[in-house]
Amino acid sequence: MDPTLAQRIAQHPKYLALKARRSRLGWWLTAAMLAVYYGFILLVAFDKPLLASRLGDGVTTLGMPLGLAVIVFTVAITGLYVRRANREFDRLADQLRAEVTR
Amino acid sequence: MRTKLFLSAALALLASSALAAGADLGQAVKQATNWTAISMFAVFVVATLFITKWAASRTKSAADFYTAGGGITGFQNGLAIAGDYMSAASFLGISAAVMVSGFDGLIYSIGFLVGWPVVTFLLAERLRNLGKFTFADVAAFRFRQTPIRLFAAAGTLVVVAFYLIAQMVGAGQLIKLLFGLDYELAVVIVGALMMVYVLFGGMTATTWVQIIKAVLLLGGASFMALMVLWHFGFSPEAMFAKAVDVKTQLAIDAGKSAIDASAIGLSIMGPGGFVKDPISAISFGMALMFGTAGLPHILMRFFTVPNAREARKSVLWATTWIGYFYILTFIIGFGAIAFVLTNPQFLDAKGALLGGGNMAAIHLASAVGGNVFLGFISAVAFATILAVVAGLTLSGASAVSHDIYATVIKKGQASSAAELRVSKLTTLALGLIAVLLGIAFEKQNIAFMVSLAFAIAASANFPVLVMSVLWKDCTTRGAVAGGVLGLVSSVVLTVASPAVWEATLGHAKGSALFPYASPALFSMAMAFTTIVVVSLLDKSRRAAIDRAGFLAQQVRSETGIGAAMAAAH
Repeated sequence: MDPTLAQRIAQHPKYLALKARRSRLGWWLTAAMLAVYYGFILLVAFDKPLLASRLGDGVTTLGMPLGLAVIVFTVAITGLYVRRANREFDRLADQLRAEVTR
Repeated sequence: MRTKLFLSAALALLASSALAAGADLGQAVKQATNWTAISMFAVFVVATLFITKWAASRTKSAADFYTAGGGITGFQNGLAIAGDYMSAASFLGISAAVMVSGFDGLIYSIGFLVGWPVVTFLLAERLRNLGKFTFADVAAFRFRQTPIRLFAAAGTLVVVAFYLIAQMVGAGQLIKLLFGLDYELAVVIVGALMMVYVLFGGMTATTWVQIIKAVLLLGGASFMALMVLWHFGFSPEAMFAKAVDVKTQLAIDAGKSAIDASAIGLSIMGPGGFVKDPISAISFGMALMFGTAGLPHILMRFFTVPNAREARKSVLWATTWIGYFYILTFIIGFGAIAFVLTNPQFLDAKGALLGGGNMAAIHLASAVGGNVFLGFISAVAFATILAVVAGLTLSGASAVSHDIYATVIKKGQASSAAELRVSKLTTLALGLIAVLLGIAFEKQNIAFMVSLAFAIAASANFPVLVMSVLWKDCTTRGAVAGGVLGLVSSVVLTVASPAVWEATLGHAKGSALFPYASPALFSMAMAFTTIVVVSLLDKSRRAAIDRAGFLAQQVRSETGIGAAMAAAH
């Protein structure tokens, strides 16, 4: 890409919006994923009895649904990002491309 | 004799020191030749060879060879990534870990999943927008080519080597076990088939082998999990209750008092010894999480799709399939407690699994689906290894031909034909090396190798990649210094850790210099700190060029304007 085009894009409001929104969403979701996973690991490390506590009368423990929830959360948070990126970010990028390469 | 070894290997997987030990396949006893399994595997081989023949007719340029011409869809690539990532070790190893200790197996499998969102949020689309064939294309985008390429090629080859050894040894053991073939023969078959796929069919054949394997593995594992759940009226509580009963009864049979036995039975429902000290747990979690984002054969897959949108879709599909797969292995593990540990047909005189601890899923296949399904699952396990080693070999070959030969030696002036020729020669060489290493490591304890590969990927490849893409002030010197330190420290600390120093090298217990199970927490911190400090202190002329190049790189990584488009067929 020639430097003047890069400069021009870099100052374009749509580019600035795209960059800011993607970066904000990406870092927030990364932080959420880190919090959930390491929270789970620290719970395992520091409060084993809590995870081993039973739900109701059966043998099923709190750890089981919690562990499965971490798996479901991981897939869901990935889906959340991809959904927003495919709708919003791609549209912005397409508009930007059309405007700067006109 | 050796049977004991398996059981202890499976148990060791969950012992504290084995946090560092990846799911491995351990040693195995040769079983009677299983013709059902062999014929089903033969069908798979014939089908994939036909695909390879078709792929070969489409593999004409270097771009076809490395990236299937960039024409794979997001959905296909998602399946292929899942096929590249779900190894036989994770299928058999994790279901066996769940069978042995229940909840701890779940904790272990979660670690292998949580890296995918990080890949999605920080890397996938930026990789697609910046790169062409290898992750070094991205890491070296604005830097001086030679040092970064040499570093990235080293990072790739080291990760590939450890991963490959683990797969080859696993393949030999597994095939000895499942098919009743000799270890050496098994390793040679795997090496030869993988060379044929990669050599003639390049990325197109590798992708389809991975897709077919993913579909077969997910299908077979779904059937097993369904049969288990169906038996319990789709009530997880009923399944857990039965598993607790079985474990309690086994403890009573082993001479425990009723109270102890009841505690042992219930222990599978909560965390046990897997996470002992928090530092090891976090360090190991970091190796898995960020290692996923630094595995060269996985990163390479993002260049096979036409654009950032498909790259994103592929990682969502991959995460979905892999997450689903770990839920299945969890159900399979509990199913194995209920149906395998209670059936004398699958046990030896001492109550250990016939063929070793990793046979949980295989015996369960026989229990729920009979001999034909057993053959099917065995063939799928073999196919699984083939798909993983083909991806690894392709990635190693591309590091040599694209990063070293075409970029460093030929300064980017190599013709596509010459680059392709070097790729194929490297594939041959890697195939031979893989077979030789597979044979050389037959009797070694290779449990640590997969987690070492993840630790190196997290400590060397990931920091360089992420800093080069996201941090404006990163320079060539900083990236190389930090990356090399991450690479060296992760290897050294792994060797000095109990899993290698004591368990593999046989030094006295407690003599390991590095007390934790995984180096990632320390080696990643060293790599990132070094990149930041060296880059900030770097006042060279090259550093000015590196920083000046960030703007154009960022514009392209965010918008895809100027990105390599899919080659037309």
